[in-house]
Amino acid sequence: MLMTEREFLAAEIQSLANKYGRSRTSLVPILQEVKRKYHKIDSYAMQVTADLLGIHPVEVNSVVSFYAFLGDRPQGQYVIRLCRTISCAMAEKDRVMRQLENDLGISFGQTTPDGKFTLEWANCIGMCDQGPALLVNERVFTRVTPESVHAILEECRRAFGQHATERKEVHLA
Amino acid sequence: MSQIPTFNAMPPNLGLQRALAMSPMEIVKEIADSGLKGRGGAGFSTGIKWELAAEAVSDRKFILCNADEGEPGTFKDRVILQEYADLVFEGMTIAALAVGAQEGILFLRGEYTYLRAHLEAVLLARREHHLLGENILGFGSAFDIRIFMGAGAYICGEETGLIECLEGFRGEPRNRPPYPVHRGFLDCPSVVNNVETLAWAACILQRGAPWFRKVGTEMSTGIKIFSISGDCERPGVFEFPMGITVKELLRHVGGEDARAVQIGGASGQCIPASQFDRAIAFEDIPTGGSVIVFGPQRDMLDVIENFLGFFADESCGQCTPCRLGNRKLLEGVKMLKAGTCSMAYLNELCALGETMMIASKCGLGQSSPCAFLSVVRNFREELMGRAHTLTHA
Repeated sequence: MLMTEREFLAAEIQSLANKYGRSRTSLVPILQEVKRKYHKIDSYAMQVTADLLGIHPVEVNSVVSFYAFLGDRPQGQYVIRLCRTISCAMAEKDRVMRQLENDLGISFGQTTPDGKFTLEWANCIGMCDQGPALLVNERVFTRVTPESVHAILEECRRAFGQHATERKEVHLA
Repeated sequence: MSQIPTFNAMPPNLGLQRALAMSPMEIVKEIADSGLKGRGGAGFSTGIKWELAAEAVSDRKFILCNADEGEPGTFKDRVILQEYADLVFEGMTIAALAVGAQEGILFLRGEYTYLRAHLEAVLLARREHHLLGENILGFGSAFDIRIFMGAGAYICGEETGLIECLEGFRGEPRNRPPYPVHRGFLDCPSVVNNVETLAWAACILQRGAPWFRKVGTEMSTGIKIFSISGDCERPGVFEFPMGITVKELLRHVGGEDARAVQIGGASGQCIPASQFDRAIAFEDIPTGGSVIVFGPQRDMLDVIENFLGFFADESCGQCTPCRLGNRKLLEGVKMLKAGTCSMAYLNELCALGETMMIASKCGLGQSSPCAFLSVVRNFREELMGRAHTLTHA
């Protein structure tokens, strides 16, 4: 990481610590914001957070490694979490899974080499009556079919600029 | 979108206005008289919980709303928060008046982040209307609510796990006692109530305890909101009186041909068709409202494999019976599916399940073997001697 990037990250965490207060109760909210903005929580971010809150960095790591929405592994700009729990499983989530893997060329648990998409499993996301369901970052999609996977991915790609899409002739919704 | 008729009929904030005119003890008594029990699934008396927190001596107390709805098959809290958020916040404010708390926190699961903007807007409107803040409706009581986002851990639905997360730790449940009503968030007395429980508390203050007791059974009073999914014609959110039989419920949602129904989510019980006359109530089949219907084509081993995979993944790992037990049970189900499990080993797995129920520290490990044990008990003839497949455990 460049020195300037490090300084920028440290300043960012410092302002988060000021916003939430420098106590242990601010730890999870700070980490959530770092994760949302940088798509990862690296050891440097954990060290800075620990210093600001006056705790040992291993304490920060213990929290980062516990929660599914934190985690120290870098993730893509769009994290797609497909629900694998019973009602979605009975609604043929496996077909959606295969189509996601085919369209992105990665397996679940992986990130595309360009850092745009990550595929992950979610445990019950509370859409059991409308499965199969998935989350794209914070948005929820229900009654997903293998055919609608492409449209969901294209909608994300549009945010990257038109030349990033698979097909040039995108119909904007 | 699903509608909950009883909640629709509630004029806003009437319960809060009535509560403001009452003494804390009168509010607690009204809730206790109604017989309201925790709607998250554990079924602890809300009246007793509030009474203990009210008696606790501390200059700082908290009302924590548990919106970490992670139990497989449960989604009624999402609907309540989407459509009746005011009722929930009203219930939290009433709880605060009853126990003398000034701070409230809504613990919203990370998967429901898309609800947050709406909830913040509702909170802002309530502050503007003096339903929250320094001087609620001019009665001099102070109470405010903030939202805390969960970070993707089923175990944080357990009340002490939730408090650990709020405090910035891994969501590992604590030993109880001390209970949160005595030493909860930041060691202060804290009431942790489910979203639906708080909404009902607001309704009870509005209509009175006798109104609530009119439906339901002696031990399980009132109406319950159910989340229904799986193999039925009309999945969704429904309200039914406590004590409804499984058969009747299935008739309402168009799932009469079910071979089994999972009640209470993955940690609940698997009820076979032969027992569909049983009642859904705390004295018979307890539930947090999750009902998953399994049609005639379903293989029950697939079902428990899914559940045990869930528990193996979501166990916090601090106690051995749960951390390793769920993995061993999952392995066992895979052996059964592959046709490589001896009867002696199946019996050993059942003994392991019973041990987990006794020896685990919190509700996760104490209840995760339930589905496995009830499937082994009720569908035993389907489990053994399956054709060998290539998927060895």
